[in-house]
Amino acid sequence: MRSQRTLQWLVGGPPFLFLVVFFLLPALIMLVASFRYPGDFGGLAPLVASQPGEEAGLTAESYAVFLSDWVYAEIFAKSFGVAALTTFVCLVMAYPVALLIARSPKRNRDLMVLLVVLPFASNFLVRVYAWMIILGPFELLFSRFAVIVGMVYVHLPFMILPLYTNLEKHDPALLDAAQDLGANAWRRFWRVTFPLSLPGVFSGAALVFIPVLGMFAIPEILGGKDDWIVGNMIKESFLGTRDWPFGSMLSLMLTLAVLAVAGGTSWLAARGMKGT
Amino acid sequence: MTRRLALGVEALGIAVLFASFLASGGKYVLAGAAFALVGAAGLLGALGGRRELPNFWLWYASLLVYAFLYIPLLIVVIFSFNDSKLNAEWVGFTTSWYGKLFADEAMLQAAVNSILIACVAAAIATVLGTMAGIAMHRFRPRILPLLVFTPVAMPEILLGVSLLIFFLNAAQPVLGRLGIEFTLGLGTVVIAHVTFCIGFVAIIVRARLAGMDESVFEAARDLGASPWQTFRLVTLPLIMPGVLAGALMAFTLSIDDFVITFFTSGVGTRTLPLEIYTMIKVAVTPEVNAISALLMALTLALIVLASRLAPDLMRAKAE
Repeated sequence: MRSQRTLQWLVGGPPFLFLVVFFLLPALIMLVASFRYPGDFGGLAPLVASQPGEEAGLTAESYAVFLSDWVYAEIFAKSFGVAALTTFVCLVMAYPVALLIARSPKRNRDLMVLLVVLPFASNFLVRVYAWMIILGPFELLFSRFAVIVGMVYVHLPFMILPLYTNLEKHDPALLDAAQDLGANAWRRFWRVTFPLSLPGVFSGAALVFIPVLGMFAIPEILGGKDDWIVGNMIKESFLGTRDWPFGSMLSLMLTLAVLAVAGGTSWLAARGMKGT
Repeated sequence: MTRRLALGVEALGIAVLFASFLASGGKYVLAGAAFALVGAAGLLGALGGRRELPNFWLWYASLLVYAFLYIPLLIVVIFSFNDSKLNAEWVGFTTSWYGKLFADEAMLQAAVNSILIACVAAAIATVLGTMAGIAMHRFRPRILPLLVFTPVAMPEILLGVSLLIFFLNAAQPVLGRLGIEFTLGLGTVVIAHVTFCIGFVAIIVRARLAGMDESVFEAARDLGASPWQTFRLVTLPLIMPGVLAGALMAFTLSIDDFVITFFTSGVGTRTLPLEIYTMIKVAVTPEVNAISALLMALTLALIVLASRLAPDLMRAKAE
């Protein structure tokens, strides 16, 4: 038994330690940083004052600033709006493709999936840049529309793949039964296929919604200043104004939002599974 | 025939739409014509018989989505051969943008950095990720999966900024006290990349292990093999395709990463995605198209290689 323990540590220990030091520890440091004062030249003020009167130690000022001005809540609301719209458009575009692949002969499916994944092998910035070229001459650049198009383009495969994985498992006999009972195509879709696919819908939604919240490059490149979302505020706090405590606070807020979304969708997916 | 004809009309509409991006004058006219054709295809399909092609509407919509996925990338590649400083219309064929690229010192340095980082990060992530995958499969620990998968699921910016604080506010002063100089650079980028790549390697390795017959390992143990011998002679050869696929995956993720590199690279260290970002923000020239096309070719080659090694790899990335 003891050698089992040693073995476990020999195999799992190194990745465990690496991730504790370079993932867990930085996360905790960020949590503390959100309660510190900003340094005089950016970054963080020291925890212990070296001269009397210097700002040091812990404070909840970043949180107070966040709560004192509606602007920040508005940006969070806007981010959720952008993420929700992106998720919805992705769902509408992904569904026919996923359904078509799932209903195609088995030998064609792998190729059709590969065709979905292939464009997403190109660099993320290249895919955003492509839309600069396309939308530019049509004078559609630097708008909310361009931001949504870019977001959808970058995240679409994340919706198609889980949906397809779910749809592929459906038993075609269910649709035959519905047809025999007199349901038309429209009714068969809404009463049989769609409810059964809800777990796939929710996991796809989480895979699209969550990364969109933290995105800063797409609003920056394709959008105007009005289109900034949480990701842009975080980036600006760290590299622009260099107010690290404020940036850390925003990052924590984003983490909480992500946890809420992830928890919510997995709860919904589990419920959808039970209901069918 | 009507419904098949409708899909043909739709394909024509998509081709016209594609041409409208390359045309100099009459962009709007062509785009309008394209939408009219797509609409006509829909009408034609509605008139066609159900019997002929029951999945017509799925085909109709999917064709548009596939076009949406591919047209932008095709345009980037095509304009990289365009003899004009503007990405607005097709003028003539040239390869001068590629020539310019290979004469660009900063770009070459960035390429060297990118490849160097990707090689080292992929090597470390593969070793650690394989260990994590095996440990998770064999010992079913409770905390390790959380540590492994959270960095994969979180928005990248969170990992980027937390590592930035950690490197500058914890690692730098602590190591400084020990007399070790530590700044942002190649090393910090490698560490950051390893952190998010471990998860992908672990997922692939664990999936490979899950599909295997446990009795092979028991047989090895019964025949008196030590854990190390079992690993080297039985486990490793069996999971090798997964390990290689994971390594390629880590390499592609690392060479393509922008967000995390952006926060952890400091001032002096440039990688290809960082160069592309600066070029896009400062001045858009077809040089960006050329580097994009080259990167696309590189990742494409890697993806094809990886999918040969492990066919279900691409699904693992999305799930």
